[in-house]
Amino acid sequence: MWRWLHPYAKPEATFALNQKLIPWFAIPGLVLVIVSFVWGLAFAPPDYQQGESYRIIFVHVPSAMWAMGFYVGMAIAGVIALVWQIRTAELAILAIAPVGAVLTFISLFTGAIWGQPMWGTWWVWDARLTAQLILLFLYLGVMALYVAFEDERAGAKAASILAIVGVINIPIIHYSVYWWNTLHQKSTVTRAITRLEAPSIAPEMLWPLLVSILAMLLVCAALVLMRLNNEILRREIHRPWALQHLGISFATTDGEQSGKQENKKDQKGGADAV
Amino acid sequence: MLQANPVSAWKVFKQIIQRDIRVASRQRSDLLNPLIFLLIVVTLFPLGVGPGPDILGRIAPGVIWVSALLSSMLGLERLFRDDFRDGALEQMLLLPVPVEISVFAKIVVHWLLTAVPVLVITPLLALLMNLPIQAWGVLWLTLLLGTPVLSAAGAIGVALTVSLNKGGALLSLLLLPLLIPLLIFATAAVEAAVVGVSPAGPLALIGAFMVLSITLAPFAVKAGLRVSVN
Amino acid sequence: MSDKVAVPVLLEANELMSIRGERTLFSDLQLRVQAGEIWQIEGPNGAGKSSLLRILAGLLPAQAGSVSFQQQLISEDREAYYQNLLFIGHKAGVKPELTAIENLEFYAAVQGVELKETPYELLAKVGLVGLEDIPAQGLSAGQQRRIALARLWLTQASLWILDEPFTALDVEGIALLHARFAEHLKAGGAIILTSHQELITEFYQVQALRLRYQH
Repeated sequence: MWRWLHPYAKPEATFALNQKLIPWFAIPGLVLVIVSFVWGLAFAPPDYQQGESYRIIFVHVPSAMWAMGFYVGMAIAGVIALVWQIRTAELAILAIAPVGAVLTFISLFTGAIWGQPMWGTWWVWDARLTAQLILLFLYLGVMALYVAFEDERAGAKAASILAIVGVINIPIIHYSVYWWNTLHQKSTVTRAITRLEAPSIAPEMLWPLLVSILAMLLVCAALVLMRLNNEILRREIHRPWALQHLGISFATTDGEQSGKQENKKDQKGGADAV
Repeated sequence: MLQANPVSAWKVFKQIIQRDIRVASRQRSDLLNPLIFLLIVVTLFPLGVGPGPDILGRIAPGVIWVSALLSSMLGLERLFRDDFRDGALEQMLLLPVPVEISVFAKIVVHWLLTAVPVLVITPLLALLMNLPIQAWGVLWLTLLLGTPVLSAAGAIGVALTVSLNKGGALLSLLLLPLLIPLLIFATAAVEAAVVGVSPAGPLALIGAFMVLSITLAPFAVKAGLRVSVN
Repeated sequence: MSDKVAVPVLLEANELMSIRGERTLFSDLQLRVQAGEIWQIEGPNGAGKSSLLRILAGLLPAQAGSVSFQQQLISEDREAYYQNLLFIGHKAGVKPELTAIENLEFYAAVQGVELKETPYELLAKVGLVGLEDIPAQGLSAGQQRRIALARLWLTQASLWILDEPFTALDVEGIALLHARFAEHLKAGGAIILTSHQELITEFYQVQALRLRYQH
């Protein structure tokens, strides 16, 4: 694991890899978004019960799924950051969290829009919506903790720990909310809809849905990588490779380097016994 | 050559508990405040929703548990805050025993000092909220099994936020989502007892949460403290 | 010390680097502390003196490099290291609600020191006699500092790391501390400390490590 990760401990290596990967995610992602939307919105048949309004599913389901998935990804970055002390993994948390939080928000928002014609109200304490709401709080907690520390690396470590604790808790939260929901559920409409959304979905709807799920993953992965590269650049802006990448060739680039060497000599001298 | 004696983990555990109880006994208001808060919130509910015993009895499990959760948030910070300020936390990390032992001792002390008083006044809360008498025992059991989860999970949150100036609001944002399963199953157990169904299922789950949290939390707390004591 | 070859090395730090925020405090720092040596870390405010002490004590992770105690990496066996380490930082760890005696008894017990009786004699020595029943918060800063430093008489740790031990002490207290340092060094212990004052004393010879402020 370490041998595989080690080269990417260097920010510039990760940066270069990301630069190469981004188009591979972004271009197919955008194409698939268009395909799935046109397919889902224009060609898939209307639902026999919900009519046209079910079509929000092509945004709602992918965002809900990847909201959860990205949280798990964030926790994995947290483990890597804690165990191997890799700076890039710390930055990855910062890159993933807002994307995941926005996905969660989109899933809640579209859920509310969908709920309005179906249930006659914007918000129902439906198990899935409730679990998503809690997920949003978990994301907010990680982001808030990350930025609350003065020392950025301390904040990153604290956020990593929280993300890991959260990911252990997510299944527990998820099942408890579902159980709570069946215990308290009174509305038969909700139950009917819940059943409807089960895998018994017609293949004409299922295919565009699967395409939209893949599209959402690719687009969001591209966004995360772009965010990660931005964060890396911001941290490394003084380094020669970053300046070179940005096409800036100040005289300070040289000054910076020679200054560094000078410093180093200083410390060596400084560390000697007097 | 100087040679230091080894110290047993059990001795350190006892010493920390002894010291912290002594410290707490000299600043009693800190202990009383969350308790008073709990009593006041539970008193406010009947005033807000009306004194009808049927309504009160129905919402009693939820009200008592939500109030207990919120009041425990109030007193949670003191778990490490004072130790952080006077340097005792730093010294705790430098003890010649695994940090998890000391952390566990801190969690035990916190539970003794905050949860035991709540367990003592539980009958009063049940009485105020008109909880049917057959559910009192189960309410008490849920609190007995659930409060260690509050202390253990709370310790993780405090460990992560203790070095921050405005850690208080952040602490509840971090912790409350994690405590939702506890709230759900605790109220479910009490509600089951109210309607005369066996509460064994949810109670067993709360017990599982307790075991899980007190065994795993010390490791997370240790990692959190190392970040905070920087 | 004439026979330096035979003297065991207690603490060894290799190629330490520390970065706080955007600033490199020090890098490539080497330190070898042998039994019987006292090291003073010098440098202006913000040069990283406290950070260095905290790295040596294992409280703060270094960005690079390693610290070992008696040839054992401290991250590998913290318990063994902490059995032999006494660290007193800026915040001394004195509980303000407890009396001097309660504070000292706690630290003696958790550090494995058996107290046969209440250490009144020690309190008299550090000038806290008559104040033993007052919670520490009722004492002056210097007196609280004395409680923390009284731990130096109640320890078998071979390595002491002390951050500004002379702060808030009066002349008499400083002299007392010097005497205790000399005793500890003679017994084969070692001390690493920071101080703004020059350590001028006839009891022992001070080694110095100078950190420079870097932008």
